[in-house]
Amino acid sequence: MTNSRSVRILQAVASMIVLAAVWQLFSYTFPHYLFPPVPDVIARTIDILITGSLLADVLLTAARIFGGLFGAFILGSVLALVIGQSKTVENFVAPVLTFFQGIPALSWVVFAIIWFHGIEFRVLFIMVMTTLPAFTFQILDAFRSMSKDLFEMTMSFRPSRWTLFRFLIVPTIVPGILTAWKVNLGNAARVVVVAELVGATGGVGYQLLRQQQLFDMAGAMAWTLQLVLFVLIVQQTINAIENWALRYRAVSERAM
Amino acid sequence: MTNAEPVIRFKNVTKAFRRRDGRGDFVAVDKLSFEIAKGEIVAVLGKTGCGKSTMFNIVAGLIEPNSGEARVLGHDPFHEFEFFRGKIGIVFQNDRLMPWRSALDNVLLGLQILDTAPKQAEHTARQWLTRLGLSGHENDYPHALSGGMRQRVSIARAFAVDPEILLCDEPFSALDEMTARDLRAEFVRLVRQNNKTAVFITHQINEAMEIGDRVLVFHRPARIAYETRLDASVIEQARRKVQEDIMRVLSVDAATAEAHA
Repeated sequence: MTNSRSVRILQAVASMIVLAAVWQLFSYTFPHYLFPPVPDVIARTIDILITGSLLADVLLTAARIFGGLFGAFILGSVLALVIGQSKTVENFVAPVLTFFQGIPALSWVVFAIIWFHGIEFRVLFIMVMTTLPAFTFQILDAFRSMSKDLFEMTMSFRPSRWTLFRFLIVPTIVPGILTAWKVNLGNAARVVVVAELVGATGGVGYQLLRQQQLFDMAGAMAWTLQLVLFVLIVQQTINAIENWALRYRAVSERAM
Repeated sequence: MTNAEPVIRFKNVTKAFRRRDGRGDFVAVDKLSFEIAKGEIVAVLGKTGCGKSTMFNIVAGLIEPNSGEARVLGHDPFHEFEFFRGKIGIVFQNDRLMPWRSALDNVLLGLQILDTAPKQAEHTARQWLTRLGLSGHENDYPHALSGGMRQRVSIARAFAVDPEILLCDEPFSALDEMTARDLRAEFVRLVRQNNKTAVFITHQINEAMEIGDRVLVFHRPARIAYETRLDASVIEQARRKVQEDIMRVLSVDAATAEAHA
């Protein structure tokens, strides 16, 4: 397994090197304001990371992503558990969530700007509304996939509702929750940039808007890379949590 | 409940399920009546689909009968949910181990639900795993255990809460005969040693004869078709019949050998 993992990592690194090389070739052919050299982009990226005021923008965006995802996760979990126990509630709530899923992120941005004044509340609202349906449906699926056999076995000991939740429901939905976080993370990163681009005075999206106004491609690339790095780090963290939380599964069953 | 009262009493119990295709109700248990006394091991025998498991689920309080009276320890098992906490232990057909819990944690489940003090609970769980020959496997997850070992864990889980009644729904049917025989002997020994009342569902005649003090044979839908107590005289009679059969076979063999000579 270690060998195949090493090979996979090497292949991933190689593909990134090829991409950077192609970009570098373009920078020799086209003007630098269109394709800045790779070393320039890397220098700007490092500059953002070591300059406190610029790093604050990255951290602000990260906080907005986490805030939005956490809000949607809590709300989605409650909704999923309520829907999972009542067909009537499902009949009322599921169509609304499906309807919300069809609304483009940009429309939520426009609605938020019209409805609310505070920037942070606007961003939070947009993040929650765009990720809530996915969180709800994914956690609901995990809840529904709970084994009837294990439910009957646990009920034979006559547990309280809280004990049933702690010992059976939580471990059952953990894999679904982790998948929901992984799926929604990428989605949230894209949405937050749009929200910041249109209606914020700080964060990666706002900085991208500034780079566009300055026609600074190296800056735009460097700020984009901040977001990509952030998503990669969080995704690896979720993978590590997943490997720990699902360590009971045979290695062949776990995500490799 | 007095000592003379049966531990389990069914009086004209009927359970029907609605068919999904709208063809009326499917009767699984039909006016079933029987009694089981304290300390008895009763084997319930019947063909697949005869309502054994439905009867089992009624005793376990997992489903409610449509009519008749089902009493367990003098109480209604479906409605008196709290009363039965820790009083019934169940060994299911498949082990039903939680895959995210180690063998030890699976045995601990019932004790944790019953709010047993953690140290006492762990001591009890380890003791039961050792009794069932699983010492050294406490930290193994179910996927790392064999079918027989997993079923041993589920037996330990049922015994660990020290229930008054043990319900077993064909617990060894998925195991190979050698493992099943060992576990059957182990199970009967533990039930007798700990003075439990046990209901053992099976569709194998040999298994029912091996385990039960009494055998109830079910018709389809569940109704008592035949009932026998396997006391010493019945076993002696059976032994005499086997002896006679063996003698008959041996004398035929001797006559054949003489004729050839």
